[in-house]
Amino acid sequence: MFDWRWDFTFRILPALIDGTINTLIAAGGGYAIAVVLGLVFALAQRTPVPGLRPVVRELVEVIRSTPLVLQIFFVFYVGPQFGLRLSPWTAGMIAIGLHYAAYLSEVYRAGIDAVPRGQWEACRALNLSPVRTYARVILPQALPPALAGMGNYLVGIFKDTPMLSVIGVGELMHTANAIGSEHYRFLEPYTLVGLIFLAISLPAAAGIRAFEARVRAALGMEKG
Amino acid sequence: MKTYSLDEFPATLGADAPMVRFAGVTKRYGDLTVLDALDLDVSEGEIISVIGPSGSGKTTVLRMLMTLETIDEGVIYVAGEPLTHVQRGGRLVPANQRHLRRMRGHIGMVFQHFNLFPHMTALENCMEAPVHVLGFSKKQARARAEELLEMVGLKDKQDQHPTRLSGGQQQRVAIARALAMRPKVMLFDEVTSALDPEVVGEVLNVIRKLAREHNLTMLMVTHQMGFAREISHRVCFFYEGKIAEAGRPEEIFAEPKNERTRQFLSAVLEAG
Amino acid sequence: MSYPEFLAEFGPRFVSGAWITVQQTVLAILVAVGIALVMGLMRLSHNLAMRGVATVYIEIFRGTSLLVQLYWIFFVLPLFGVTLDKFTAGFLAVGMNIGSYGAELVRGGILSVPKGQWEAALALNMSPTKRMVRIIFPQALLNMLPPWGNLLIELLKGTALVALISVADLMFVSKQINGSTFLSAEAFGTALVIYYVLARLVISPGMRRLERVMSRRMGRA
Repeated sequence: MFDWRWDFTFRILPALIDGTINTLIAAGGGYAIAVVLGLVFALAQRTPVPGLRPVVRELVEVIRSTPLVLQIFFVFYVGPQFGLRLSPWTAGMIAIGLHYAAYLSEVYRAGIDAVPRGQWEACRALNLSPVRTYARVILPQALPPALAGMGNYLVGIFKDTPMLSVIGVGELMHTANAIGSEHYRFLEPYTLVGLIFLAISLPAAAGIRAFEARVRAALGMEKG
Repeated sequence: MKTYSLDEFPATLGADAPMVRFAGVTKRYGDLTVLDALDLDVSEGEIISVIGPSGSGKTTVLRMLMTLETIDEGVIYVAGEPLTHVQRGGRLVPANQRHLRRMRGHIGMVFQHFNLFPHMTALENCMEAPVHVLGFSKKQARARAEELLEMVGLKDKQDQHPTRLSGGQQQRVAIARALAMRPKVMLFDEVTSALDPEVVGEVLNVIRKLAREHNLTMLMVTHQMGFAREISHRVCFFYEGKIAEAGRPEEIFAEPKNERTRQFLSAVLEAG
Repeated sequence: MSYPEFLAEFGPRFVSGAWITVQQTVLAILVAVGIALVMGLMRLSHNLAMRGVATVYIEIFRGTSLLVQLYWIFFVLPLFGVTLDKFTAGFLAVGMNIGSYGAELVRGGILSVPKGQWEAALALNMSPTKRMVRIIFPQALLNMLPPWGNLLIELLKGTALVALISVADLMFVSKQINGSTFLSAEAFGTALVIYYVLARLVISPGMRRLERVMSRRMGRA
């Protein structure tokens, strides 16, 4: 039926570790893009510039409603047609960054909407510029409650990196596929991939839950 | 909960048993003793008002009788049989679910916050348990439910959902719903405390009617002192988990013997 | 070739691919709802073993990615004697994955029903089963519908991965057409539009309608 070969396991482990590191880099890079781009999307939906709002809104909706793997293919294959020479890595991170920017923009919007109206009015009364208003008053209040949501999406990005394997990015899943095809053994590689994911995502998720509890407690204390 | 030998607590009470008996009932939450070795007999058809400050254990008495809470020591008897325990091998052991379900049918309860089922109409609320617990046919249950809703004065609202009813109306439906199960004992847990003053009267009227026209045994936790005085056969004043004083309404309200009773009554009557 | 020409030539293949996607989605939804109900209720059980099993299931399927689970079910399970064809492996993996998220929604929905409802049902001597089925769950269901709407869209998106085990769904078809024509924007763009339509013009309105129907039955609408 099945027999687990430990010698094989230890032989492939270094390659898998390499793949894991690539995964973490891809996840981190994609997330960095998403954090910044998401803010752009969120703020663009509050702009008074006519016509920009609905366009960005629709773009965010399209990105959230369609599969990431399809978006990855789209960026990788269509990019060159617009003159962009994209390596798998670049295309992958752009696609993931865009995808999660859409999700994060919703988290930011919720956070910004939760800031009391009086804050905006106080800024107006003090004649603060929009940049100052956002940078010094609104965003610092909007972000702490948003942090938990942001944390969840970081774990989510990490779990989505295997999709980059389809365009040849050498992350963990891709490495496991390569090993599996090469040695005709999938049991150890795929199981190890699963375990590695669990080993990283479970503590991360628990950490985020704990962090969220602390943020909530801190906010509670601030209000009281 | 504890197991007892039949010397400590009998397996059945005799032919002239009270409808409800609390025998040495104690309830604790952690370090806090909410009820302390309570002994209380309620005769058939008797109406008892339970009064006292919050935290005195009065609501717990009702909740334990309704099996919403377990007891730590003692035995509760209903209609001569143990409610909280069942006889096994010459001893009284804590009751299993089957026994509880059998005995629970004797008790009905009306809650402070009504707890009507929001996804059903008033009529359906009153039909639900008779159909699904007592096995009535839909027709039988419907007929009985309509009768009861008529009795509480809400026949014209029978097809409304609870959200469309006022607090007083919801509570009257809740009373009809509890009565539909033909309980021997009805428990009223501060049933007017969550109501606007103008609708308190309509609920009290229904209870008044019940007291007059049916031979129900009733235990009421209430802050409505005037009402308690009017319809109770007996009033029990609870303080810190024990019955500090009990007696006929005239005795308790007019000439309380216990200092604590006096303090409580003067505080309540001053506020009201 | 212009876009209308592209559609004329490849339209039928997109349609057949989309049809496979719809089938995968519907079957995965059935699996997901079933698992969500079972695991969600098990998580609420007083029985430690049941709670443990459900927790382990949920943590494993939420903690690893769908793609890993898909490959595992299709490539590794045969080694344990369970060989599934790719179509079945596809919707099963998606359903089991989404089901683990759904279990938390079921649990949350049930916990959000006010305690007084449980007590009233108990006071009326309803059995635990009747209480759950007739009283608690209908109320929990209405509470969980909005997040389920989002989850079902995630499920639809998840089915795109079955293309990677060569199930001929919409994603697969678009990849094929791209491979043979190199008209990437048209191929992938058309697929994007179809997924969008399925998500925003079928699933979302459908769920909203379901919410309205249920609200009315609850007397809230």
